[in-house]
Amino acid sequence: MKNTKELKLMANTIRQDIIRMLVEAKSGHPGGSLGMADIFTVLYFHVLRHDPKSPTWIDRDRFVLSNGHICPVLYATLANAGYFPKQELLSLRKLGSKLQGHPHKGTLPGVENSSGPLGQGISQAVGMAIVGKREKKSWRVYSVVGDGELDEGQTWEAIMLAAKYKLDNLITVVDRNNIQIDGTTDDVLPLEPLADKFRAFGWCVIEMAGNDVNSIIKAIGEAQTVSGQPIVLIARTMPGKGVSFMEGKFDWHGKAPNREQGELAIKELETERKLLEVG
Amino acid sequence: MTGANLIPDLFSPTVVKKASRDGFGKALVELAEKDPNVWAVTADVSESTRTHWFAEKFPDRFVQVGVAEQNLAGVAAGIAACDKLVFISAFAAFSPGRNFDQIRVSICYNGSNVKIHASHAGVSVGPDGASHQILEDIAMMRALPEMVVVVPADMEEARKATLAAAKLDKPVYIRTSRENTPVFTTQQTPFTIGKAIVCREGKDIVIFACGLQVYESLKAAEELSKKKIEAAVINLHTIKPIDIETIVKYAKQCNVVLSAEDHQIAGGMGSAIAEVLCEHCPTSMKRVGMHSQFAESGNCSELYKKYGLDAAGIEKVALELFKSK
Repeated sequence: MKNTKELKLMANTIRQDIIRMLVEAKSGHPGGSLGMADIFTVLYFHVLRHDPKSPTWIDRDRFVLSNGHICPVLYATLANAGYFPKQELLSLRKLGSKLQGHPHKGTLPGVENSSGPLGQGISQAVGMAIVGKREKKSWRVYSVVGDGELDEGQTWEAIMLAAKYKLDNLITVVDRNNIQIDGTTDDVLPLEPLADKFRAFGWCVIEMAGNDVNSIIKAIGEAQTVSGQPIVLIARTMPGKGVSFMEGKFDWHGKAPNREQGELAIKELETERKLLEVG
Repeated sequence: MTGANLIPDLFSPTVVKKASRDGFGKALVELAEKDPNVWAVTADVSESTRTHWFAEKFPDRFVQVGVAEQNLAGVAAGIAACDKLVFISAFAAFSPGRNFDQIRVSICYNGSNVKIHASHAGVSVGPDGASHQILEDIAMMRALPEMVVVVPADMEEARKATLAAAKLDKPVYIRTSRENTPVFTTQQTPFTIGKAIVCREGKDIVIFACGLQVYESLKAAEELSKKKIEAAVINLHTIKPIDIETIVKYAKQCNVVLSAEDHQIAGGMGSAIAEVLCEHCPTSMKRVGMHSQFAESGNCSELYKKYGLDAAGIEKVALELFKSK
């Protein structure tokens, strides 16, 4: 576990790693990756019971990434947590790399599920949580789902089933960043009232500021005390967070920065880092 | 003698008829009694797929997801990720008909140990009509990396196929039927995934069949024999991995090859055989199956007759093929 300042510094490190990875790969998804850096940091450095030296430890908490396209943030987090050497991050999306364009279980230590086609991870998280619940395991299942991903009918099949089996060992984060490939979620397919939808489906809803480390810690702590129903954390996040020219822009959903843009982004993140260090 | 150890009086009118789905259901219970890691998941069709026998005995290992085949495959992958051996059951029209992507990524690409039991496959499902008569599932499943594809010929073979599938640490597709059909294999009939069974020897023509067409082919061979044409009949229960050795051996022995299946001729067992023949020993061939068409409502025997999937239909094409030799 790290203190708040350490967590913020780690999130900054992860953001810088994401930028370097994407510049090198020349493709990939910066928007959601940067936006989710704080949540991934809190999960892997504060919440999850896990052991990077033993990725398949039987009593570990399970982490399921459903919207696989934000895998740069997963990979950067796993590397910083010690699952594999950080220098491998720069091999993202390249021939022979363990860092596939979308995650592949079995190739990279710490990846619990293959993902990419949207809507599939949440079903797997529900399957894991059913086993954990039936067998009274102490581990929990944490999953991350994109908001645009909720367009997929399969997600609602899984959401209904989780409520049926009262999966209070399942904590799902919805990355409510309001963007998807073709525009804002409001334009493409309106999701609101999202919290009410989850409540109507039998879930406990907790809303949080997804780029505020303290808000994330508090919300997850609260989620862990819920009994008898699955928990969704609706995380308001800023896509592209930390890089001003990417923040809130849906056209940065799936476009990598070039080298010049990457340098600008790193410079900005370095400035933030210096402020964090003295703060 | 072929060593197939089929029932003695193959064409007796009193031969016991059961559905191959029953063999799956029995095997599932057998497996679960021995192994506490066996789980079953279904999508609102537990009785129809014979998963209810498992559900009654092992409710703690049974999951009912409702009419949600995409979630069915995903939830199963999640359960399998917790080191369980998972069997999913639904109608073939919907799983894999509706959840191909989930089977591809959540099961195959994930390396999940999930067995896919798909019942009510083919024209044989009859009165429900063409929407429910899936004829493309073998094509979809055999194209997938990692996937093993098995189409049992009767109830007893479905039981053995299910037991054998459990021993493989990879996804297996098991295709069964609702129709009660002759149980003509016995407990002594050998069964190994990937190894075809020679049901009848012959030198003039070889008929490869899977599922309900194996028995129909045996009947056709009996009729052909009366016309002095000796047909070998091979039960090609495993479409993938396919038994190249047996296919090549009989193609060389008979010089003409016929395939028969309750499936589109494109992409199914016949196509798989044609691929083997093209690469190993090009041989004149015909395929009995559905010719890029939808069928219709009717009972199984009526439909098999109309679409040439019964013994008479197989015999007719076999004769044409033999005459072309």
